Parts: sequence; structure tokens; C-alpha cells
Amino acid sequence: MTHLKTGAVAFAAALLMSGSAFAQQRMLNYNADFDPTPLAAFQALIADFEAENPDIKVNLNNFDHEGYKTAIRNFLTADSPDLANWYAGNRMAPFVTSGQFMDVSDVWEANGLGDQLASAKASMTIDGKQWGVPYTYYQWGIYYNKDAYKAAGVEVPTTWDGFVENCAKFKEAGIDCLTTGSKALWPAAGIFDYLNMRTNGYEFHMDLTAGKVAWTDDKVKATFAEWAKVQPFITENHAAIDWQDAAALLVQGKAANYVMGNFAVATFKEGGMTNDNLGFMVFPEITPGLPRAEEAPTDTIHIPAGAKNVDDAKKFLAFVARADVQTKLNAALGQLPTNKDSSVDAADPFISAGFESLSSAYALAQFFDRDAPAEMAKMGMEGFQEFMVKPDRLDAILDRLEKARGKIYQ
Amino acid sequence: MSSYWKRNQLRLAPWLFLAPGAIMFLVYVIIPIFQSLSISFYDWDGLGEAVYIGTDNYVELMDDEAFYTSLKNNLIWLVLYMLAVPAGLMIAIFLNQTVRGIRIYKSLFFFPFVISQVVVGLMFSWFYAPNFGLLYKLIELVTGNGIAILADEDYVTYGIIAAGLWPQIAYVMILYITGLNNIAPDQVEAARLDGAKGWKMLWHVILPQLRPATFIAVVVTVIGALRSFDLVSIMTDGGPYGSSRVLSFYMYEQALSEYGFRMGYGAAIAVVLFAIMMVFISGFIWKMWRDETER
Repeated sequence: MTHLKTGAVAFAAALLMSGSAFAQQRMLNYNADFDPTPLAAFQALIADFEAENPDIKVNLNNFDHEGYKTAIRNFLTADSPDLANWYAGNRMAPFVTSGQFMDVSDVWEANGLGDQLASAKASMTIDGKQWGVPYTYYQWGIYYNKDAYKAAGVEVPTTWDGFVENCAKFKEAGIDCLTTGSKALWPAAGIFDYLNMRTNGYEFHMDLTAGKVAWTDDKVKATFAEWAKVQPFITENHAAIDWQDAAALLVQGKAANYVMGNFAVATFKEGGMTNDNLGFMVFPEITPGLPRAEEAPTDTIHIPAGAKNVDDAKKFLAFVARADVQTKLNAALGQLPTNKDSSVDAADPFISAGFESLSSAYALAQFFDRDAPAEMAKMGMEGFQEFMVKPDRLDAILDRLEKARGKIYQ
Repeated sequence: MSSYWKRNQLRLAPWLFLAPGAIMFLVYVIIPIFQSLSISFYDWDGLGEAVYIGTDNYVELMDDEAFYTSLKNNLIWLVLYMLAVPAGLMIAIFLNQTVRGIRIYKSLFFFPFVISQVVVGLMFSWFYAPNFGLLYKLIELVTGNGIAILADEDYVTYGIIAAGLWPQIAYVMILYITGLNNIAPDQVEAARLDGAKGWKMLWHVILPQLRPATFIAVVVTVIGALRSFDLVSIMTDGGPYGSSRVLSFYMYEQALSEYGFRMGYGAAIAVVLFAIMMVFISGFIWKMWRDETER
């Protein structure tokens, strides 16, 4: 019996020792919401990070993309990881103001990120501090089917008036001039953002999403007046279809133009389009002389306030922000690096066009549902969808949004 | 101690047996009801400080268009969902015959209740889908112009209810089939001798004997209509522009979805929904109690 006991103790001691050998490697828990392609890109990034820091082991918990948006509220308070994905701009404000994200200004300071990530700095800053590190963004614009343009016998427009004129000709040819799938609401916001930024400029758009201007303002009505010009030519049943269904219409040549983010290129190409018949143009100018602003939603990584391994988490942030790391990561993602010293694949016309369009832009917006607070975003996007179905209800819609503004921004 | 147990054994034992269930019921049903009630008086985003605002959430609710849309849709659901009861009865009577392979037909009719509501919703949204949906194509063939049911504010709620009725009818049918098995053959025989046939037989002899089944069918249908959530969420997400929302979905949107974390406001909607359900539930309980005491 005693022998058995000493044996057990020795065994337990051996276990403990091997345990302490493992403890040399520090764990870094990372909660993320990657789709398959980004997931593979990030697994490669993590492998590189672990190779550089053999004493750190990154444990990636990948969530479903949509489910993550609600899950994050639970795990931040209940079982905090050391790193978490989120988005820049107003979208991170609730977590910053409630103290769920950690101030990482020191990481920016120590690694000279203020200069390297200058284009994204404003959207990462609240109260003069930085609350995370951006690793990618992508451009929005108009993607078009060159074959549809040929079928209708029109030229790719350079001005908004030209775009609107084309629409009548597309209609004659039985092609939807502009397509979208607004079932999930957000694609409609892309159209609004661009129309508003082109009609009234970036500052007005930011004031509107920040609740400083009334929705019943004449300038907002001017934006909707431009929208009304193309409204009859938008895919009729857009409210019942998802953005991928609308992408199929563009691929099949049943629609000519699509206001979308660059992530849609993969979908277009899966549908059989190539660089030869898929085109990209920057959203055309409406009010002449306005400095050109673009949409560039930025994806970010943050350290939750409840993180246990803060030192290594900061190491990881600094790693992700590095120019060479971002170059490799974004090549795999098919998106644009936020670090200005990174390079992009010159052979990809959409990536190069996006890099060109964003780096020469006057300012970058995050997207309606990231710039405006969540509730306002939801109300607004419903209003945009309703306007595209029933344009005659504009006044009622704007009154409703104005009423909501009074309540939401207090 | 043991003498106390011996003296009161008969009185205590039932409570001991009830305890596990009662505790669960208390923790997961009764206490949350009161918690929701108290949260509905606060302005709380689920993370930060909860601020007591009295009845402000309810005042806002009274002035909220979306709330009235949801309420109206809930009423439409309640009324139209009731169609499941007569429809289920008809199918049950139709299937209540001894034909070779009737069990297969019965299980086929029961099939929609077995598959998940999510699958039902997906199937119907393809059925309605513009450009390739079966119904859309049919309407296009007949009228020359297809209607995208789920994109049209006037049809969308009816489209979702039709999807919901499919499994609900199957459920009611199975309740009636079991009810029909328990019909006293001697009463049917006696009625037949007295010359009762067809509708008269159904109305005066069969239906009265099916009363317990009818009661359960009405209860599950009312509750099913009021808690309709999955179909709305899967098929339209409340759209187009919120016109197919129901109260349960609106509550979820306000309190838990991507775009809203207003726990207090969501709780206020939940309280209203609970109050509506309470009307029916107390009606049912009152009826059950009356039936039991009459015996």
C-alpha cells in the first residue's frame, strides 16, 4: 500500500514537472470572427508570430461572423480573452466608454504607429487615446459588368450626370442600372454614404452620423433628390434578396452597376467574372469641387480590459501593425494594408485601384453602421430601404429619423 | 427528528418530490419574469451602469410606430394561426381511415412538424424568392408580373404566416388523430342507428368527444402565434423596413441584436407581450380549473 502511494506521488510530481515545463510557454487567448479565407490568412500570421516568439502560444477561438457581434458582449464581461477582434470608429465607442477595451496608446507610441498607420489613426482614437490596432481595410466603390455596358451600348461614365443618363439606356436594354440586395439592410447604407459624401461632403456626413445635423435638413433632402434620380432603375425586389443574390445579377449581366466593398470581388469571380469583364470605378463626383472622401471600413484588434496576459498581447498588436506583416496578411486577405510602408499586389487591378483611391482620398469614412451609433444605424438603414421601395414617403421617413435622433443622441 | 418525519411524512413527501421541478421553475421562469419587470424600468445597455428611469420605456413604447406595427402583426398572426385548428381537424378526419399504408400517409403529413422551423423558413423563402422561386414564377406565369412576397410590406406577414401554418397544421392534426382514436365506438354506433350522418354526426357526436383535443390545439396554436420568432428572423429579419416585425422579434432586436442593446426597452416590450399572453393563459387556466371542479 505504501509502495502504491509513493508511486502515485512520484507520478504526480512528474506530471507537475512536465506541467511547469509547459508553463514556460505563455498562452495568449484570441477571440476572432474570421470567415474561411481570412481565417487561413490569420493562421499563417499566428504561425509567423509564434516562430518569432517561441515562448508564446496563441490560442485562436474563431466565432461565427454574425454571432460574434453579440457574443463579444458576453465574453468581454464574463470570460475575457487577451485579444479580440472588432471594428474602428463609433462601433468601438460603447466598449471604450464602458471600460471594456484597454488603452493601447503606449503600443502606438513605442512603435511609431502614429506615423505608419496615419490614415487609420483618427478612427482608432477616442478621447485622444488609441484603443486598438487596425490590420486591414478595403475600399468601396462601383463595381460594374463591362459586358452589360457593351450590351446596352453605353460608355463607362465619368460624371454622376452621365451615370444617371446611362440608366435610361440600360432600362431599354432590360438591364438594371444599379443593383443591390437590401435584405440585410447594410448594402443600402453604402449607396447613401456615397451620395451624401458626394453631395454634401465628408464633414456634413460626419456631422449627420454624429447626430449634429437634423435629418430634415435641406442638404439631406438634396442627397435624397440625387438618389431619387436612380431609384427607378434599381433592381426591383432588392428588399427580398441578399447582397450575394444581387452579385449574381451583376455576374449574369442582368445588372450593370453595384455599389459594394472590395470583398465582393471574390464573389464576382466565383460566379465566373474575370479582370476582363469586371470593372471598378470610384463613385463619381456630384457636387463639383468637393474634396473626395471614400468609405474604408477598418478591421481592428483590441485588448480587453480583463485580459490576463497584457504584455504578450501588446507584443502581438505591435507585430500585427508591422509593415511586412501587414503586406503578407493583406495579400492573403485580398484587402488593403493600413500601414503606409506596406505594399500591395500590383497585378490585382482592384487592389491597386483601391490603394490608389484610398491613399489619394481627402478623408475616410468607416461606413454608416460604424460611424453612426447602432440604433441610429438600424433606423437609418431601414429608412434607406423604405425610400428605395416607396420614394414618395421621403418626408415621413426623414421625420421618423429626426425623431429618433432626438432620442438617441442625448 | 425521526419522530417528526414519521408524523409528517405524508404531508412532506409530495413537496420533496415536487422540489426539483419547482426549484427549476422558480429559477428559470418565475424569477426571470420579475427580473424583466424590474429591468423594464431602467435604461441599461447590458454593460454599463443601469439608470432608473421609471416608466419612460413604456411612455416611449406608446409613441413608437414600430411597436404598433409589431402589435398589429401579432394580432394578424393570432387570427390567421387559428386556421390551423379546423385545417388540422379536416386532415385528421381524412386520414382516420383504414387503408393500406395509412401510417405512411400519416407520417408524411406529420413530417413538417418534425423538421426545424429554420428549415421551414428557408424552404418558404426559396418558394417566394424573386426570379427563381416557384410561387414567384407561378404568379409571373398567370399575371405576367411576379410578386416578391417577402419584399412587399402588404404581403410579407401573410407569407410568413403561411409558412408557419404548415407545421402547425401538422401538429394540430396529430392531436386530433390521437383524439379520434379515443372516440367511443358505441356512441357512434348509437348515433348511426338514430340516423345521424355527415355534418350532423361530426358536429353533435364526434366534436363533443374531441373537446379535450380541441382545447390543447387552441392552446398550442395561440402560444405558437404569440411566440412566432424563428420564422420572422429567418425569412425577413423583420423587413422590409420593419413591416413584418412581431413583438417577440422587436424585443430581440432592441435588446440583443447587432444594432441595439437597450435591455430596458426590450424588457418593456417583453412585459407587454407577457401581459397579452397572460390574458390567454389565465383564460385557459380558468377553464381547466372549472372543468376539474365540475366533475
